[in-house]
Amino acid sequence: MIWAEWVKFRSVRGWVVAVVVAAIAIVGFAIGGGTQGSCYGNSCTQLTGPGGEAVSDSFYFVHQALAGNGAITVRVTSLTSAVRSRRGGTQRVVVPWAKAGIIFKAGLAGGSAYAAIMVTGSRGVRMQDDFTGDIAGPAMQAGWLRLVRSSGSVITGYTSADGTRWTRVGAVILPGLPTTVQGGLFTTSPQWTQTSLGVAAITGDASQSTAVFDHAALTWRGGAWTGTDVGGSSGPAAGPATGYTRTGGQFTVTGSGDIGPVTYGPSGIGTTPAQTLAGAFIALIILAVTGAMFITAEYRRGLIRITLAACPRRGRVLAAKAVVTGLVAFAVALAGTVVAVPLGQRVLRSHGVYLPPLTVLTEGRMIVGTAAALALCAVLAVAIGTVARRGAAAVAAAIALIAVPYVLTVSIPVLPLGAADWLMRVTPAAAFAVEQTVVQYPQVDDVYAPAYGYFPLAPWAGFAVLCAWTAVFLTLAAVALNRRDA
Amino acid sequence: MRRAIRAEWAKAWSDPATPWLLAALVVLTMAVSGVTIGTARCPAAACGQDPARLGLAGVYLGQAVATLAGVLALGGEYATGMIHVTLTAIPRRRLLVAKALVLAGPVLVASALALGAAMLAGTIVLPGHGFTAGHGYDLAGWATARAWCCATVYLTLVAVLGLGVAAVVRDSAVAIGVVLGLLYLFPIAAMAIGDQAVARRLDQIGPMSAGLDSQTTIDLHGLPLAPWAGLGVVALWAAGVIAAGGVLLWLRDA
Repeated sequence: MIWAEWVKFRSVRGWVVAVVVAAIAIVGFAIGGGTQGSCYGNSCTQLTGPGGEAVSDSFYFVHQALAGNGAITVRVTSLTSAVRSRRGGTQRVVVPWAKAGIIFKAGLAGGSAYAAIMVTGSRGVRMQDDFTGDIAGPAMQAGWLRLVRSSGSVITGYTSADGTRWTRVGAVILPGLPTTVQGGLFTTSPQWTQTSLGVAAITGDASQSTAVFDHAALTWRGGAWTGTDVGGSSGPAAGPATGYTRTGGQFTVTGSGDIGPVTYGPSGIGTTPAQTLAGAFIALIILAVTGAMFITAEYRRGLIRITLAACPRRGRVLAAKAVVTGLVAFAVALAGTVVAVPLGQRVLRSHGVYLPPLTVLTEGRMIVGTAAALALCAVLAVAIGTVARRGAAAVAAAIALIAVPYVLTVSIPVLPLGAADWLMRVTPAAAFAVEQTVVQYPQVDDVYAPAYGYFPLAPWAGFAVLCAWTAVFLTLAAVALNRRDA
Repeated sequence: MRRAIRAEWAKAWSDPATPWLLAALVVLTMAVSGVTIGTARCPAAACGQDPARLGLAGVYLGQAVATLAGVLALGGEYATGMIHVTLTAIPRRRLLVAKALVLAGPVLVASALALGAAMLAGTIVLPGHGFTAGHGYDLAGWATARAWCCATVYLTLVAVLGLGVAAVVRDSAVAIGVVLGLLYLFPIAAMAIGDQAVARRLDQIGPMSAGLDSQTTIDLHGLPLAPWAGLGVVALWAAGVIAAGGVLLWLRDA
């Protein structure tokens, strides 16, 4: 039965050519991609935080060495941000995650442990630690901040609107914090982006923020303040000039960069390995069309009557067609992805594009998962074809259901983020979440779009969505095939 | 010619699929536009989003239905063998022109209705989402009317393109795959290519990217093509494929 269906598939030259083209397309887009980056040699070594994740750690720091327990209190009177405008000069903008406040840091080395209390551009008061920790405080753009170190490793953040009534924002424990830390005032300002037409067009630049502090008070005996541009211009978001001035009790600190986990895509650095599978859309269209035609061609030619006469148990005919389509599509797609993913990463790296390192398991999941997703999409197309019976209707339905959501959210990302995320949850294209290799951080502003390898569902949850679609349509197809005349 | 058109008109409307296709064109286009309008936000001045393109986002799905309508107008005849009868009754040189005219009229009307309703909804809803004059937007201007007009013609031309490809390949399913591949391939290839000049050139010659240029109302100087030139490129594609289809129809047996 399966052998008979395989012979049928093999004997149509157009289909064989089509699936081979699908595999070639996957590889072609991976090695032909022309994305350029600026990360060569040493500039590619990414800082890692205490938790081992890749981080950015660049900010302007007005600091002094502080031994043992104590507290710093300061008032932030303003935090303003600017980007280089297209006409030259600078343009005032709101950078949501511009940060200014108090920080205790294990040392000036990038990636060292820290805890900080800060006001942000539009995210209110925040207490953050060790790059990934983030506690939300009151929604204030300016106000009083206090950071207290007690029992050696406990750091507590407070905020106040008037300097008398204080609210506790949160407390964190930094076990390995040395007795003497660098403490003081900081300002930093991440990459600023704006998107238009979904995320298809993105403009943005490094931003620069300036904070004005006064009423700085230390419980330690105050030493001399030193200004340091931590991380210098090596951070992905660092750009414009930074520095600080002091007039009487007022500090004006200008910084650029970010303290936080690295993200990938327009506001982050480099790209995600999902980029290597850009050619999957061609394979998807080809496999959807081939899958739908594998069954509708029989209806068109009347061959279905002979097939059903030869095998009266109709469910088996459908199962055999599904198995043959699935196996052929899986083999072809796997041949493409197994070359595309490793080779595509090498090509991107050779162009200076930063990619996160992958474990063997994750890379295997991308390769096998994408091939399996493409194969299941082809099986889904067979089921749709059986229900629709007419070639054109089946091909149109398969493309509209399977390929169009994928193309519009991943390949040509024109839909707004909300709509794109929604499509990637409920349509069969959700299965491409198997290409997910990175984590979204709510405390880092980036365009977390499927087009940049950030999928709204976990890999296997997304794959389960496609399995559900395929199961439903195979059931419908089996029922229709049994009920109807051929 | 008039008799050919009348014959094609009767044939088109006696096919039960025709009203369904037109209804699907209207409903799907408005649905995608509606979701896009509903989820778009412009929190600050110069947020870079084009309100006309948001209202016209339904074109991305609507063009698939328009393709289907165009392909089925001829592909259906090849599937059933009806084409032999048609070619006996109507001279070959007139067939494609008559079919194109009969196809273009209803698609034009349906697109105009769907996109007009979507853009009207946009002008009502979008100011509440931050697309205000204070943020540098003028939703009721001449550019908006031009975008609506171009998008309507674009959908019609895509349907005609589908008809032409169906005449060339003579199989509905293959034709649909070819047209959608043609539409989506250029912008994706342009994005994957690093060379800016080549990418811009691809955006200029690709039917979908050129057609979308014609629907833009902001930052016009940054576009690969001027709006009317963009629509011209789509028209050239449609005319070229129809011409190729006509020649092949002339040369080949049905």
